[in-house]
Amino acid sequence: MTGQAESQAWSSHEGAAALAAPVLAEKRRAFDWRVLLGFFLPILIALLWEAAVTFGVAQGRLVPPPSRILATLAALSETGELWTHVWATLWRILAGFAIGAAAGIVLGALSGANETIRRLLDPTLQALRAIPSIAWVPLFILWLGIFEASKVALIAVGVFFPVYLGIAGAILSVDRKLVEVGHVFRLSRTKLARRILLPAVLPEALIALRSGLGLGFMFVVAAEFMGASEGLGYLLVDGQQMGKPDQILAAIIAFALLGKIADSILVYSTKPLVRWQDTVRERL
Amino acid sequence: MLSLEHLSKTYADGTRALSDINLMVHEAEIVGLIGGSGCGKTTLLRLIAGLDRASAGAIRLDGETIDGPNPAVGIVFQEPRLLPWLSVFDNIAFGLDNVSSAERKARVGHALEKIGLAEHAKRWPRDLSGGQQQRVAIARAFVTNPKVLLLDEPFSALDAFTRASLHEHLLGLWEETRPTVVLVTHDVQEAVTLADRAIVMQPKPGRIFDELGLGLARPRDKAGLPFETSVRRVLTALDQSLNTPQKQPQRERDRQAAALWW
Repeated sequence: MTGQAESQAWSSHEGAAALAAPVLAEKRRAFDWRVLLGFFLPILIALLWEAAVTFGVAQGRLVPPPSRILATLAALSETGELWTHVWATLWRILAGFAIGAAAGIVLGALSGANETIRRLLDPTLQALRAIPSIAWVPLFILWLGIFEASKVALIAVGVFFPVYLGIAGAILSVDRKLVEVGHVFRLSRTKLARRILLPAVLPEALIALRSGLGLGFMFVVAAEFMGASEGLGYLLVDGQQMGKPDQILAAIIAFALLGKIADSILVYSTKPLVRWQDTVRERL
Repeated sequence: MLSLEHLSKTYADGTRALSDINLMVHEAEIVGLIGGSGCGKTTLLRLIAGLDRASAGAIRLDGETIDGPNPAVGIVFQEPRLLPWLSVFDNIAFGLDNVSSAERKARVGHALEKIGLAEHAKRWPRDLSGGQQQRVAIARAFVTNPKVLLLDEPFSALDAFTRASLHEHLLGLWEETRPTVVLVTHDVQEAVTLADRAIVMQPKPGRIFDELGLGLARPRDKAGLPFETSVRRVLTALDQSLNTPQKQPQRERDRQAAALWW
């Protein structure tokens, strides 16, 4: 009974709010404190592990407690070493992402928009996609040397495929009914692309870019494993060879933070473009 | 004047959607195309809108042949088909690309006023109800001042109350520029409410079965006797159109039987 009453109160409350303040297109949302709930589990686990090591339940040699990892991170950043590695990694990802995403967008758009090009291009690209991208490493090293070019190329390959697939698929799935609206108003091909196709594919294209960026972060590690003198991947390898698990975990944490920040920047900087979407995201 | 001459449409799979349609629609006339599903009403409208090509025959608007989307022809689809990334204002202004921005503002503002959505100009389509969205779609078609407006069952997905109010919004907009209107519907009441003339169509292949002049004065009194009579006339014609395919063979058999008898 109370549950029902509560839900009624809820709905009437929301109804009143909707009447009082109509949801205009420009409406902004207040900060949702439930976001903080996500921090609960990792912090709890960290505290438990810290306690276990402090009280001698665990040794903490191979799995160092959070305090030691944080100390390592602090030391690395104090010497400036951490930032050198972070910038090296970020630069590679940005360069690789830019090249891979640009190629993916162009080829994906061509293959989505034109059937002849799709028949010409798609089978080859799908075949190339089936190759595990790490398999390119030896070849890229032979072709491009062991320095930056081969690493950026590997990341670009990793970014390219999800972006290509996403863009081509998004264009192919544009609603015929909306395209017809463009035809009725006699839009030229370029105007049709700009005023209907582009906005229609935007949401899916952004998701494709996000998964591309995520893969970029995966491939940068692989790229830096193949012989780098700086970068977070190098920190990982170095930590393994020197037997410093705290350094490995510090690098992993740095990766997690960087990846999350990069993804959030991408999401928030493009959010104004897809505000119009009629999704349940805000209510879930 | 909009004229359809010997219009036929056969789809690639051999389906004959339309066969030999001949129809003249005068300026400022509202014609209701009525018939059961599958009798080619929507196909006919898509041909006039230039979204499909006719297999044979011609469509002429004031003597000019129409074989593609034409600025003088506007269409409102069964669904609102608003562009979800444009505000209500921009959706209505979608076809006003080569008009000065002041004029665009004035025309869209006026249309918004007419459909009673002036305060919703800045909203996204997703924030509107189905009836409101369809009103926006109608306004989008009207603001370009087309000579011919095609309506493809634009009210079929709405409830009776919303539909009645939309009929009024539509007539209100129509009064201003008085375009020729071709309205496809499967609702007899709707046809009699809006149209000057009802064209009853017949399926397989889609063709015109009968034409009924409604000749009712506007505004129409839906409770009045003339309205009721017109509804009944259209219903009778519709009934006949659905029954003839069975009747004809029978008559044929009767004649053969009669021949044998004599």
